[in-house]
Amino acid sequence: MSNNIIVEREKGMAELERRIAELRAASAAQPLDMSTEVAALEKKYREILQELFGTLSPWEKVHMARHPARPTSLDYISRFDRFDELHGDRHYRDDPSIVGGFALLHSRPVIVIGQQRGRDTRENLRRNFGMPAPEGYRKASRLARLAARLGLPIVTFVDTKGADPGISSEEHAQSEAIASCLQAFATARVPVVATIVGEGGSGGALALAIADHVMMLEHSTYSVASPEGCAAILWSDAGKAEEAAARLKLTADDLRRFGIVDEILAEPLGGAHRNAADVVVRTLAAVDAAVARLSSLPVERLLEERYRKYRLLGEWQDERLKPIGKSH
Amino acid sequence: MREWRRVIGGSTEGRREKEQQRGDAALWSKCPKCGEVLYRRDLAANLDVCTRCGYHFRMNAYDRIASIADGEFIEIGQDVVSSDPLGWSDKKTYPAKLGADRERSGVSESVLCGFATIGGFPVALGVMDFHFRGGTMGRVAGERITLLLEEAERRKLPCVIFAASGGARMEEGMVALIQLAKTTAAVARFMEAGNFFMTVLTDPTTGGVSASFAFQADVIVAEPKAMIGFAGRRVIEQTIRQRLPDQFQTAEFLLEKGAIDMVVDRRSLKDTLVRLLEYTRHDTKAR
Ligand SMILES: [Zn+2]
Repeated sequence: MSNNIIVEREKGMAELERRIAELRAASAAQPLDMSTEVAALEKKYREILQELFGTLSPWEKVHMARHPARPTSLDYISRFDRFDELHGDRHYRDDPSIVGGFALLHSRPVIVIGQQRGRDTRENLRRNFGMPAPEGYRKASRLARLAARLGLPIVTFVDTKGADPGISSEEHAQSEAIASCLQAFATARVPVVATIVGEGGSGGALALAIADHVMMLEHSTYSVASPEGCAAILWSDAGKAEEAAARLKLTADDLRRFGIVDEILAEPLGGAHRNAADVVVRTLAAVDAAVARLSSLPVERLLEERYRKYRLLGEWQDERLKPIGKSH
Repeated sequence: MREWRRVIGGSTEGRREKEQQRGDAALWSKCPKCGEVLYRRDLAANLDVCTRCGYHFRMNAYDRIASIADGEFIEIGQDVVSSDPLGWSDKKTYPAKLGADRERSGVSESVLCGFATIGGFPVALGVMDFHFRGGTMGRVAGERITLLLEEAERRKLPCVIFAASGGARMEEGMVALIQLAKTTAAVARFMEAGNFFMTVLTDPTTGGVSASFAFQADVIVAEPKAMIGFAGRRVIEQTIRQRLPDQFQTAEFLLEKGAIDMVVDRRSLKDTLVRLLEYTRHDTKAR
């Protein structure tokens, strides 16, 4: 699916990038000083970059979150000190759209769980485009319970357009699988830190995102339904997705304001994929800091604070959120 | 504790008046299943079940309460009223949509919560109403259900929730979705404290409600032919590009797949709930 508007924009930039590279090479090879031309082109390039990516609309962020080169859960997990993947829901099969297992994060043992979309078509087919089946959520629940029993913090990476809407998923009780997963995270007697690294789509995303500390990359999105789904539900017209994206308040800034997200992680100009290594390192440092802080709390207090946090969500003091009209 | 309101006999005066105002049009209902034209009074006497084919009409929350509770229903959380967290507006503003639905459905939001007795057993009772915004879960529903579970936990009462929902409410965005986390946390506390939680899934129960408290219960009952599932039928058909069999996602289908405990006709539902509640009274009032 390359109807990605960010990818299209980058194609336009590629020509300029090529010319800068050529000029730079030529300048190095020739006695003629071309550094002024190079500098001018580079300045122009930075200006265009700023213009194209400096401020992104919600719809542009939806595309950024879905960018094929955007770091996926495994790009983060593979940079842990160690990762030993565990497989299967112990009932039926292993779902490759959720990966998880033991890991060492800055020498600290944790359980890590993430939704994994494919980085190419082949992998996408194998991983069902990152849309977990009930078996995936049952694997996640199992790992969460394991973490709680061993006293290991849970670290999750959220990146899904939603839970799989297929026949076998319904036959295997997708609802129950997600419902149990929500319960496992709500009650886990260990610190839980969730990071929305790409697209956070509806209940299928929330299933891995009930956490003591929720972080979100600057251009990630997190919404009650995909903009296409929302437009289809409300207006029977998936084509109005851009309008839905604007209304849904699905950006990190919006969600920080609602208290649904606790921390926003900045991305380089143009998106996380432009300097993935740096984004991954900074994200893991932020995860580690959150885990360290939460690990110092007595478990009863941790659970009480988690309960209170969700208990109070929706009960804000914000003027715009005051009740409207009286029920009768 | 918040202000309480009494609803005697499970119906409000305002609603009765409204029905009278509707006049003749409200006298008859056509069964969408068999086409039979039914006298509204006969239908009501039969708990909104078609007297010819047994089709279960979608029930108004007050009628549901009247069909289940012995008499009094003491509502809680009715002062939790809607807000407009996203400032939503499309063809209509969100507050206007809410106002229209309140008028049309006669209920204040997509769920009514309170305390009642069922066959003499005191219970916490939550009833969703599909006629209000498709029974969608938003801030009000999340808060009311959480209040219900917390108060039920304090009183050590069993909790029964009737689900009827299209999922999370779009117009409240993530504020709606996060209510699933909130009610999940409340359900978990309630159950971990040793209390009995039962849900009755009615037509339809899908999306976020299905994927949270509806399937977190100790015992899950469903009404005949109710559509129950995570993804909506249309979404699945679009994804797989083929028509689904009629039986798919019905209560009977879920029973066969092992996802629910029983399918019970509405007309014997109260008796069934009473039978089940009897198992929770072992510590007190033993005969
Ligand atoms: Zn009929």
